[in-house]
Amino acid sequence: MLLRLISPLMNVVDLPMRALQRRLGISRLAWVFLLPNLLLFGTFAFLPILLNFAYAFTGTDNILLLDRTFVGAENFAQLLDCDSYLDPNTCARDLFWRAVHNTAWFIVMQVGFMVGFSLLTALVLNREIKARGFFRAVFFFPVLLSPVVVALVWKWVLQRNGILNAGLEAVGMDSVVWLLDRHWAFFWSVFLSVWAHMGFYTLILLAGLQAIPRDVYEAAVMDAAGPWRTFRRITLPLLMPTMLVVMVLALIKGVQTFDEIYAFTGGGPGSATTFIIQYIYETGFGGAPRLFGPAAAASLLLALLLVALTVIQLWITRRSSNG
Amino acid sequence: MTPTGYFTKGAALAAMLAGGAASAQEIRFMCYSDGNECEAAGEIIERFEAENDGVSVVIDKVPYKAILENLPVQLAAGTGPDMAKVTDLGGLSKYYLDLAPHVDRAYWEESFGPILDWYRKGPDDDGIYGLHSQLTITGPFINRTLFDQAEVEVPGPDATWDDWAEATRKVAEATETPFAMAIDRSGHRIAGPAISYGAKLFGEDGTPTLVDEGFTTFAQKFVDWNKDGTMAPDVWGAAGGTTYQDAAQEFINGELVFYYSGSWNVQRMDSSIGDAFDWEVVGSPCGPAACTGMPGGAGIVGFEQTQHPEIVAKLIDFLAEKENYADLTAKSLNIPAHAAVAAEGVTYEGASEQAAAALNAFAAQVPTVSPIAFAYQGYKNNRAMFNISLARVSQAIVGELTVEEAMARAKDDLAQALAESGE
Repeated sequence: MLLRLISPLMNVVDLPMRALQRRLGISRLAWVFLLPNLLLFGTFAFLPILLNFAYAFTGTDNILLLDRTFVGAENFAQLLDCDSYLDPNTCARDLFWRAVHNTAWFIVMQVGFMVGFSLLTALVLNREIKARGFFRAVFFFPVLLSPVVVALVWKWVLQRNGILNAGLEAVGMDSVVWLLDRHWAFFWSVFLSVWAHMGFYTLILLAGLQAIPRDVYEAAVMDAAGPWRTFRRITLPLLMPTMLVVMVLALIKGVQTFDEIYAFTGGGPGSATTFIIQYIYETGFGGAPRLFGPAAAASLLLALLLVALTVIQLWITRRSSNG
Repeated sequence: MTPTGYFTKGAALAAMLAGGAASAQEIRFMCYSDGNECEAAGEIIERFEAENDGVSVVIDKVPYKAILENLPVQLAAGTGPDMAKVTDLGGLSKYYLDLAPHVDRAYWEESFGPILDWYRKGPDDDGIYGLHSQLTITGPFINRTLFDQAEVEVPGPDATWDDWAEATRKVAEATETPFAMAIDRSGHRIAGPAISYGAKLFGEDGTPTLVDEGFTTFAQKFVDWNKDGTMAPDVWGAAGGTTYQDAAQEFINGELVFYYSGSWNVQRMDSSIGDAFDWEVVGSPCGPAACTGMPGGAGIVGFEQTQHPEIVAKLIDFLAEKENYADLTAKSLNIPAHAAVAAEGVTYEGASEQAAAALNAFAAQVPTVSPIAFAYQGYKNNRAMFNISLARVSQAIVGELTVEEAMARAKDDLAQALAESGE
């Protein structure tokens, strides 16, 4: 039935395609099929990358490329001009290095907590517990929320007159202005990020756990291995490839953190929760002065880091799929 | 009907449609509101449409952030609207449509005088670019009821920032109010106090300097007040980067004794506070050098890239007519920038006694504004200076930098911004 419906359409397409094939040859015809995708990719991905390169090597606050002046590697030189990379105060562009340091710490803490809590949750949800489906949904639910919603919800919880302080006061404790203290603000940024994304990684680890053959566990039971020994000697080694993928994915996601933290703290207090993407956004677009060159240069440096992380991820994925 | 008949009628219809399209002139007006400015302007624009057959004005009401962040990019890309209400008056000057060929220059110069300079590209430019629809001035709101309850005398017109800090601390303590003072988190808002403390902001030759002894003195005082709790720490301390943060809600909630903001908040205070407590506007506190607020506000400008320059100019000129301008200020509860309207006084529509008194108190401050504040508002790269001072003073408040370090960084930032802008 369907074939009868589409066959006239096929005949309409068939004729020009045959003509085209005769003219171009079968090998070149592939390009005709690829052309729409290439056009889309070129316009929305490849062209902006090229433009980014052009902006990184030019100066002035003009947005039109033709009005900008070539400055060579000056934008990179300014960003990398530091007496000590460990102390942002010694850098010419201190805010860039504060953002780099914040991002590095954020990644270390966020990936650590993310993998740890996701693993713990996956292990619990993999057991035969009551309402397992419900709990799986509960842990996955924050992943579905908009980052701005996540940020606003936690902002309301943590603000001076928020729910958390109301709770603390109700039990006779002093309230804390959580987002005014740089250390607390950083802690809550990590917490919020873990809370919002943990469900996704839990799901991946859960799939990894379920892929471990049952007979290995049965053999362990027969050998009288305890739960801790079973976890250490069977679950962890067999889950390691999945955990590595989770780690690298969380790492890449951590580097790209922007929207929810920007809505949550605005990068403050001071620059305590300003991460690299926010630095790029504020430098280039957040209002005057619009420093497109340094913003583009910073985003190229970030791109290099992301490429390196992606290569590591691909390598791990290939290694684990090859057994 | 014969095929020829269909063809003839079709051609006639097409010609009619084409003719209609040519005569209909649609103007896109990108507008943001602090209160009801877009609606108030809309009523006057409807009259303009009625008088100008075939002209249709579409008001695209957008958030303020879109005016600050999206509009400049749209204009640079050549895809901006025909006209807009803007606040970065000098920063966008290169895109403005010169209204001078289409309007009565003498009327505009007599009515708006030196404010026209805020829209110009530089000292040599004598074009007419924008209608200053919303003249604002920064200044303090105080919670009078809290002063009365605390039985603390409200400091007089020559009171210094220190006097106000002391008085408001006493009030806050006596009434158990969480915060004594707050200043909006904005570089523009601290400019007035800094000038009062002697900040010159520009060198002898007019080169922007931002940081000097006066600016540093105020910055140090402001940082200290944030650290000792005189200033509400959440406003400047809890945000980052160049994020704008006001303290209007704290004032409305009765949690704040003294709130340094500006005349654009009168309508909000009037409608939100109601009769919950008495509030009033007092003059800007003094420093050793002046007792000044910062002028500012928003204006309606046309853009050079419009396809309908004559209509855009005609519409802005229509809004600038004395009766229409008076109507606009009366409805939107703003201070008039139009000399004749200001001289006659404005009867604000629907404003309470308190709001009218507040607006008059703000209007009374206009003549006392320091020339430095006027020049700062008219400087085309002032946004960069506002943002730099905002970000760096915030870092000093939260202890990331000392005040000296913050000032040194602000100097470097300004040098880079000026270099990038080709100045």
